[in-house]
Amino acid sequence: MSKDRVRVVVTGLGATTPLGGDVASTWSALLEGRSGIRPLTEDWVDSVPVKFAGRAAVDPAEVLPRPEARRLDRSEQFALIAARQAWQDAGAPEVPAERLGVCVSSGIGGIGTTLSAYDTFKEKGWQRLSPFTVPMLMPNGPAAWVGLELGAMAGVHATVSACASGAEAIGYAMEMIRSGRADVVVAGGTEAAIHPLNMAAFAAARAMSTRNDEPERASRPWDRGRDGFVLGEGAGLVVLESYEHAVARGARIYAEAAGLGMSADSHHITQPEPEGRGVMMAMTQAMTDAGLTGRDILHVNAHATSTPAGDVIEAQAIQKSIGSHPLVTSTKSMTGHLLGGAGGIESVFTIKTLAERVVPPTINVDDLDEGVEVDIVRAKPRDLPEGQIAAVNNSFGFGGHNVAVAFTTV
Amino acid sequence: MALTEQEILAGLGKIINEITGISADEVTPEKSFVDDLDIDSLSMVEIAVAAQDEFGVEIPDDQLKHLKTVKDVINFIQA
Repeated sequence: MSKDRVRVVVTGLGATTPLGGDVASTWSALLEGRSGIRPLTEDWVDSVPVKFAGRAAVDPAEVLPRPEARRLDRSEQFALIAARQAWQDAGAPEVPAERLGVCVSSGIGGIGTTLSAYDTFKEKGWQRLSPFTVPMLMPNGPAAWVGLELGAMAGVHATVSACASGAEAIGYAMEMIRSGRADVVVAGGTEAAIHPLNMAAFAAARAMSTRNDEPERASRPWDRGRDGFVLGEGAGLVVLESYEHAVARGARIYAEAAGLGMSADSHHITQPEPEGRGVMMAMTQAMTDAGLTGRDILHVNAHATSTPAGDVIEAQAIQKSIGSHPLVTSTKSMTGHLLGGAGGIESVFTIKTLAERVVPPTINVDDLDEGVEVDIVRAKPRDLPEGQIAAVNNSFGFGGHNVAVAFTTV
Repeated sequence: MALTEQEILAGLGKIINEITGISADEVTPEKSFVDDLDIDSLSMVEIAVAAQDEFGVEIPDDQLKHLKTVKDVINFIQA
């Protein structure tokens, strides 16, 4: 790492997930190995082949005042709640508006609003649409609301790359600080996609688990019996800050966002490339960017979604680009897959893992699939050693997007 | 059967509270939406949409801009 480059550190964390309404409750559930996946009770469940999901543990509409909640898509509600938590956690830094940025992404945007507004339009006519329909359905809505809330003027962005969106947002935020555009950036991902059309469409792509008799056992990355991903919802956001700015204000520093790697498979619109070349390229770039080698990486929060194809390819890519030694976990076994929110909450988890020096387990791995030769943390959490340590968070998305972010202790 | 002023006022109070967070008690006939209740034009559209559902009376945009006070809306709905 070049000495003159701006260092980026993490000073605040916020999340609302299927396991809890904040970081602390989510983190303790992760260490206990609890599943946030439950049967769905909505009427429409009979129309879809998948009858369970990871609903947010705390309904965002119950957290926000009613006049605020009704103008926000659910994905925007999650983002705003997580942003407020992260901002308070960072000590509500004093930063000029011109030096404060936001990058908050979603994979699908306000699809719940799009679909319900279309129903209203068809049934009652255009006059009955809320004047806030457009800002509720636009994919940059969560970023825009967070930007308004904090008064950010250095740029408010929403990178979109399906299930890599949240991680890409954090990567983009790192680059905003490194390039000198901002001193502080609030970044992450959000998603609220538990709707029958989305469930049906993902099921039509044969991507979802249909283990309807055992929802809590359905998300099982690397297990031989895995049969697809489990949809979750929520948001995870971080406050990124230049090291200089954080130190000057005496902020608590969780970790350094030290390296960024991005690549594209250029192989298939939904299928992972079998050799994992794009995935390895992203991880290798993240390490190089951070000035690290494979030996330094002691933990990987894997993308592993519990789909038959992707999990083993990623495990083998980790082994080839980093080695067999890191403690690898997939927290999606407990949260389900938050799509664009995944990179957000999983960055929060990776940072907590480094700060607390304990790796949450992957649950439901009863029968490890062949070809997985990395050290998967199964059933119980495992400790990381003292001293300077590093970890990588992986996120990949439909379209062949790969993002790897390397975090280190400071 | 036509609604009384009190019934419409109660319904409007509920709608305005839901949309803006302003207490229903503050919604009294003489109040101006802009000057007294600090309600912006998009919120007025939301209120008009909700009033349509509640009272079954359509308030067209060219009429809405003339409805300055709570009493104006009550009169419009009763008319």
